[in-house]
Amino acid sequence: MEIKKTSLYQLHQDCNAKFVEFAGYQMPIQYSKGIVEEHKFTRNHSGIFDVSHMGQLFIYGGDELIKDLEKIFPLDLKNLKLNHSKYSFLMDKDAGIQDDLIITKINEGFLVILNAACKKDDFKILQELLNEKYKMVLDENRSLIAIQGPKSSQILNEVFSGVKDLNFMSGDWFLFNNQKVYITRSGYTGEDGFEISIPNNFADKLTRELIDKGSSLVGLGARDTLRLEAGLCLYGHDLDKDKTPVEANLKWAISKERISKGDFIGSDIIIKQLNNGVTKIRVGIKPEGRIIAREKTKIFNQSDVHIGEITSGSFGPSVNGPVAMGYVENEFSKKNTKVFLEVRGKKYAASVCSLPFYKKSYVKGPN
Amino acid sequence: MSEVKYSKEHEWIKLEGDIATIGITKHATEMLGDIVFAELPEKGAGVEKDGTAGVVESTKAASDVYTPVSGEVVDTNQEIVDDPSKINQDPENSAWFFKLKIRDKSEMNSLMNKDDYDKFAKENSN
Repeated sequence: MEIKKTSLYQLHQDCNAKFVEFAGYQMPIQYSKGIVEEHKFTRNHSGIFDVSHMGQLFIYGGDELIKDLEKIFPLDLKNLKLNHSKYSFLMDKDAGIQDDLIITKINEGFLVILNAACKKDDFKILQELLNEKYKMVLDENRSLIAIQGPKSSQILNEVFSGVKDLNFMSGDWFLFNNQKVYITRSGYTGEDGFEISIPNNFADKLTRELIDKGSSLVGLGARDTLRLEAGLCLYGHDLDKDKTPVEANLKWAISKERISKGDFIGSDIIIKQLNNGVTKIRVGIKPEGRIIAREKTKIFNQSDVHIGEITSGSFGPSVNGPVAMGYVENEFSKKNTKVFLEVRGKKYAASVCSLPFYKKSYVKGPN
Repeated sequence: MSEVKYSKEHEWIKLEGDIATIGITKHATEMLGDIVFAELPEKGAGVEKDGTAGVVESTKAASDVYTPVSGEVVDTNQEIVDDPSKINQDPENSAWFFKLKIRDKSEMNSLMNKDDYDKFAKENSN
């Protein structure tokens, strides 16, 4: 299979990107400044991320579509206002997570942002679940660009006047060279920021303009450390089909109203787990010292019993130390529980901690 | 006169008398990216040529550090453990990893000189 390139590929090359294959795409892992600098620049100024490999699924329909989607997603979609977004997941009948996503109500239906590695499967699953009743477009003609960090609002507002007045998790249409661009105030770094859905032919031009105004390209490497510090899950690592939203500690994203009705795919398992508890749960893990515990590192309790596994772990540049998350048996999930991590055959002390490692600075209202 | 040689695992080794100072090359640091963790051998430990003698980790991954010659560890550089970013800043000088009292000087013969290493690194950088 041919490796795909995004419409920013030339720009990545011009900025000396190191490339890596990710979900069938040639993506920049870092640029010449390196992951740590790119990470810090995002936290302190503004970073631009090419996330065009992610799926942009448009589903067109009205009230009937809302009803049908509520059988799939554990969201109160009928009360989701126009241009408002929610974080959610596509579950199987056992409440296993097949993907995590952001769904936004748009005029003609919904826009769903899907993970690159899952988007094709998601499309098939949704098409089947919706009995092919609705027009669905996994739009390959649009790029997706995220701009994240405290200066992003000001920078983006110079191009799209009024964008700074968007609330967190809401969006609107704007114009760029007479092209319709959909911008939401959202992101996955723990910073205030925006995601911009723009026709492929204009993505390069917009990104170069944003760079001229003081933002800078940031690769997938820093995107990973940023989201990890922010305590956000990465599909295929912290989330997969063997984990439910309750186990993933994401029950905040499940609508209470929808739980009371219990009429969505996987709801019986979700309700059971909410009532009876779970055997394993996702927690933050803070290693003592500088030791880095990466994915698949085994977690032990103080009696040297294997109680879980790390699902994401790296060095957090803003924390200036190692950070990790993983799943442990429920009885060891309390904050400050002392655990041990097996790295290269040796056990290192760590403790269970609350997430995020780095405090979010999302803008809740206009500023 | 000290001589500096290089290994295929991207270590440099500087021999002064029977004491060898060992670190990783600038090329290695460029391949690794930002180094955020370093682990060094214990002082007094014996290490064997081409054996593991430490670990460096970047934000992306962990890599073993090998020793290009055999000997006894007589000193380690705590500064790079406390601040691993120093390895990126000055890899072939102040950010040395460990010093060995070497056992067999002839082990140096199989290592590359600077010109050969530069050529090797260039060929292996893709």
